Amino acid sequence: MTAATPQDQAAAGDVLRAEHISKRFGAVTALVDVNIHLARGEVLALLGDNGAGKSTLLKILCGFQLPDSGRILLNGEEVTFKSVDHARSLGVDVVYQDLALINELTVYHNMFLNREIVRWPLLKNRSMRRLARQRLDEMGIGLKSVDVPVARLSGGQRQAIAIARSMYSDAKILLLDEPLAAMGAKEAAIILDLIREQKQKGDISMIIIAHNYGQVLEIADRVNLLQHGEITFDKPARDTSVQELNDIVIAEYRRALEERHGAA
Amino acid sequence: MSETTQRPPAAASPPGAPGTGNGAWAAVRRGLGSFGRQREATVFVVAVALLLYFSIRYPSTFVSSANAINLLSENAAPIAIIAIGEVLLLICGQIDLSVGFVYTFAPFVMYFAITYYHVPALLAIILALLTGLVVGWVNGFITVTLGVPSFITTLGTGFVLEGLVLTTSHAEPVGIPPSSAGIGHWIGSAPWSQFIWAVILVAIFHVVLTRTRWGLYTISTGGNKLGAHEAGIRVGRITYGNFMICGVLGAFVGLQTAFYTNTIDPSAGGYTPMFYAVTAAVIGGTAMLGGSGTILGAFLGAIVLSTLIDGLDIAGVSANPLPIIFGAAILVAMIVNVRLARLRGEGRSL
Repeated sequence: MTAATPQDQAAAGDVLRAEHISKRFGAVTALVDVNIHLARGEVLALLGDNGAGKSTLLKILCGFQLPDSGRILLNGEEVTFKSVDHARSLGVDVVYQDLALINELTVYHNMFLNREIVRWPLLKNRSMRRLARQRLDEMGIGLKSVDVPVARLSGGQRQAIAIARSMYSDAKILLLDEPLAAMGAKEAAIILDLIREQKQKGDISMIIIAHNYGQVLEIADRVNLLQHGEITFDKPARDTSVQELNDIVIAEYRRALEERHGAA
Repeated sequence: MSETTQRPPAAASPPGAPGTGNGAWAAVRRGLGSFGRQREATVFVVAVALLLYFSIRYPSTFVSSANAINLLSENAAPIAIIAIGEVLLLICGQIDLSVGFVYTFAPFVMYFAITYYHVPALLAIILALLTGLVVGWVNGFITVTLGVPSFITTLGTGFVLEGLVLTTSHAEPVGIPPSSAGIGHWIGSAPWSQFIWAVILVAIFHVVLTRTRWGLYTISTGGNKLGAHEAGIRVGRITYGNFMICGVLGAFVGLQTAFYTNTIDPSAGGYTPMFYAVTAAVIGGTAMLGGSGTILGAFLGAIVLSTLIDGLDIAGVSANPLPIIFGAAILVAMIVNVRLARLRGEGRSL
């Protein structure tokens, strides 16, 4: 492409970079000149208030939407994701909070959805059942049976299966949208362990969108805060604390309240 | 899995001890339990009960090979074959109201091809089946690509087909072209041929639904369209395909009936076989909500319907109250389905 700038060289270790990303929806500005980067094997927590632009950024990174301006670099090369499928074929997979599982199908069919093991024309259900069992056990996701429809599982178990599915795909970069939303402590622990284990293996990089920074700080390497469409905070997780993040958010609320009441 | 953990204590109990009786009883109960969990169980029991009732009550008339052909081949088979297509579509979250008019139109296509264009019989039959394929494609195009709900799409295409039949045939029945009678024997005019086709097609599509990618993707399309799409499944193509399968099956049943009755009748088909097929699907355990359904159940449902039609006729009951029974059967089946689905959702033990 162009001559290597110092910035490009710094980016060499990054599996994913998004530079100067902006996005507007009519009169609403969702993202303003957002820069975000993700190193190999890194877990980045993307925090922010409702409507701060987290989901918009995620949709751009996974190929669901195109930004108005800015560029995305995958392993240092500029790419334009034409669709979610296209992004996935390049190794960027997204796990939505509104789970992409099929309630009526069994756990193992869901785990192998669109990646079935087949001896044409028949599905090799036995192999899939065995492998699903094995993988879930490896990941420490305790399920009594992989033969039940996922409709019968709890929210946490379903989320765990959705994430497990992505981890066993060819994905090198996982985008997790609120993986801990609406989850009890026990269930969240399953997911956190799952992410931690993958991190230790070191070949998958992750961006985790979350509300609850207490939970994410446990597993994140770095924290980005998105406020009003801008990245306002970028620190290694060990250099920040729940307290610091809390203060920022409380300050934001205070400001919003003041604006609302027109206080000087 | 859980069964294996229960087995050792039963096996460990000494022979002859009262425990063995319990063990056997437990095995029976386990067997019944797993049978009861099958969605087809209810309709299977109903079908067997009805067949037994009429067999015992009217041994001389109901239990005869002529009546068996009438019940299974002439009545049940066409309903069952069309129901295959409807089950696949209902699982997709769609319905095909036009299939009965494909049934009417297809034999005329064969007739026109042979009579006016001197097309060889086999080719004419293939053309008739292709008509079903094309109608299915059009239904898919209007529903999937243009975004019209399939209820409306197929209401429209059904009317168009009805009009085509009446216009081209001048609303007059015609005979079977002599050149096609030989193949017709294999398709529908030989005794039992319709039933044998129904069994073969039900077996094939049961496997397709439960053991192949196509079945898995059909369930996914109806169960969680967005999720299936996100997983990379081409939900549009699956829906198109199932409309086309339904169309071809409708055309096939139309040909079968034409050969069996030895006439191509513009008043054959229509809404009745379609609604019977949907009824069979529903009482067989297919929900209208998409995502689940059973072809085996629909086959049993078709047998239940035709046993009622045939049995009540033999019993000398007027055909007039029959729709009341069908209506009640649909409602009971749906209520049971809804309740069972709720119970199943509550726990594995049920």
